[in-house]
Amino acid sequence: MRNDNSYGSEGVTQSEERTGWAMAALTERTRLTALRGKIWPKSAQEREQRVLGYLFLLPDLIGLGVFWIAPMIFLFYISLHEWSALSPTTYVGLQNFAELMRDDIWWKSLRVTVVYMAAFVPLVVIVPLALAVILNTKIRGRNVFRTGFFVPFVIPMVIAAVAWAFMLDPGFGVVNHFLRQILQLPLIRELGWKLPGQMWLASRTQALPVVIFVGVWKFVGFYMIIFLAGLQDIPAEYYEAGMIDGASSWRLFRDITIPLLRPVIMFVLLIAAFRAFQVFDQVYVMTSGGPFYATHTVMYFIYLKGFRFFRFGYAAAASVVLFAIILVFTLAQIRLVGLGESR
Amino acid sequence: MIARLSQRAVLYFLLVIALIVVVFPLAWVVSSSFKPGDEVFAFPPSLLPEEPRIENFVELLTEYPFARWLANSFFVAIGVTALSLLFHSMAGYALARLEFPGRNLLFLIIMSTYMLPIYAILVPRFLVVKQLGWLDSYQGLIIPSVFHAFGIFAFRQFFLGIPRELEDAALIDGASRIRIFFEIVLPLSRAIFLTLGVIFFIANWDSFIWPLIITRSENLWVAQVGIASFRDPQITFWEYVVAGSTLTIIPSLALFLALQRFIVRGIATTGIRG
Repeated sequence: MRNDNSYGSEGVTQSEERTGWAMAALTERTRLTALRGKIWPKSAQEREQRVLGYLFLLPDLIGLGVFWIAPMIFLFYISLHEWSALSPTTYVGLQNFAELMRDDIWWKSLRVTVVYMAAFVPLVVIVPLALAVILNTKIRGRNVFRTGFFVPFVIPMVIAAVAWAFMLDPGFGVVNHFLRQILQLPLIRELGWKLPGQMWLASRTQALPVVIFVGVWKFVGFYMIIFLAGLQDIPAEYYEAGMIDGASSWRLFRDITIPLLRPVIMFVLLIAAFRAFQVFDQVYVMTSGGPFYATHTVMYFIYLKGFRFFRFGYAAAASVVLFAIILVFTLAQIRLVGLGESR
Repeated sequence: MIARLSQRAVLYFLLVIALIVVVFPLAWVVSSSFKPGDEVFAFPPSLLPEEPRIENFVELLTEYPFARWLANSFFVAIGVTALSLLFHSMAGYALARLEFPGRNLLFLIIMSTYMLPIYAILVPRFLVVKQLGWLDSYQGLIIPSVFHAFGIFAFRQFFLGIPRELEDAALIDGASRIRIFFEIVLPLSRAIFLTLGVIFFIANWDSFIWPLIITRSENLWVAQVGIASFRDPQITFWEYVVAGSTLTIIPSLALFLALQRFIVRGIATTGIRG
């Protein structure tokens, strides 16, 4: 299909072969008129649309250009330089990346981030999905539960993190207090369990689980809402038909809910992984990456190198690697399981 | 029947436990903020303050500029939200309704920024803002956070759903496009403005790393940065942490309870990007 307005050179040669010179001149003239019409349309309405269209897009185009696209390109440039607030900028090639590969703390950060993701992503799919399925039934008080689970989402992460750090303090924390109380309960006391005060954030083994837990705690309600919306899109007739056939509720869940919810689950997997790769707030507030780098995430690494030591080039190199990992991961996920069609 | 009932009871029990785990920390922080300094650190802790005191709040508000930090949090979140709604609704309308050369290409370019991880471009964005001379300023806190493809996309989808006939009728009557936008389209869009407005607000109410890196003077800190500053690796001023947290939790909760319907609908329909 050829559009008369299009000024493709291919179209010009084809038509010239077919028609004589006079004909060609004629079409050329109409084409020129059409082209002029395109640049400066005759109708006032068309003109208005054009001007307004660009005008309305202008602020966002400038903003996205300056704060997204330019930084994205600039990132690669910076990563090839020794770039700090103190000394002049010099080109160093791939030296930042080479240093990164030799940096033990970088590898530790990468490991922590992968562990975080591997725990966070399944948890924020399974727990919110279970809650959504339960709270999608006519259970008594379901609105209280829905509201309650959702509350942490509106609390800033920093506040959530200090709240849990406060409760998990090894010295005066209320969680250790409760644990001791539970062990004192009549039947449980008979078991004779001993529980020394837990160190939580001060422990090399417990700190990362706690950081993950706080992330899950904050976002359970958020993902639950997404799942609930997905569940409500599934026609009730499907379940009714299944029940007439005598299917158990587990069968209904496995053969109706899961397949029909697949696009939503994929969407949640994607945004949860995106979030997990960039985890920072809890780490900054709760542990400062410690103890002994047990919670030192990639984003915390980038923050330290860039904004504490002002080694922008080095931090940019780490960012490039982070970006590449997220990109590969996202593409692989889309490729393997497909994007949700409804989203 | 009995099996079903006990199954139900177990389910309820688990739900209630989960609800306590989810809500208790907030209650605990609020309760602790009314305890005098030494009671905050008492072990075993008292569930409710023995006699509620407000000295933590008084000290926080008089010895530290916490009121200012909280006001900054509001100002920044509201500023970002207002500008986002304005710019993204304009851009969304242009992409949905107006015809001009290059529209599809521009839409593609805009959407290509959608999957960029914001944290990965933190360093160059910081340097761009530095170049603009916006470090340690309200512009620097607000403007960079305004722009994102998600908002543009959400508005475009919404405007595509408005029946075209409404606008066509006005066009035939000789109304200008800009009048149509303000007098016909915007009044029809109250719901999406409210929904997206709430979502933008919450996302920015939660922002931390950006205010942390671009503000140096205490006067420009937001509440979260201020609270984080009370928690030093060596010593934590818990009485101020809990008092400041309480003052931040209360507006969060008030907003949530007032607008819960819109927040939930917004997430359910658009799936906010984090």
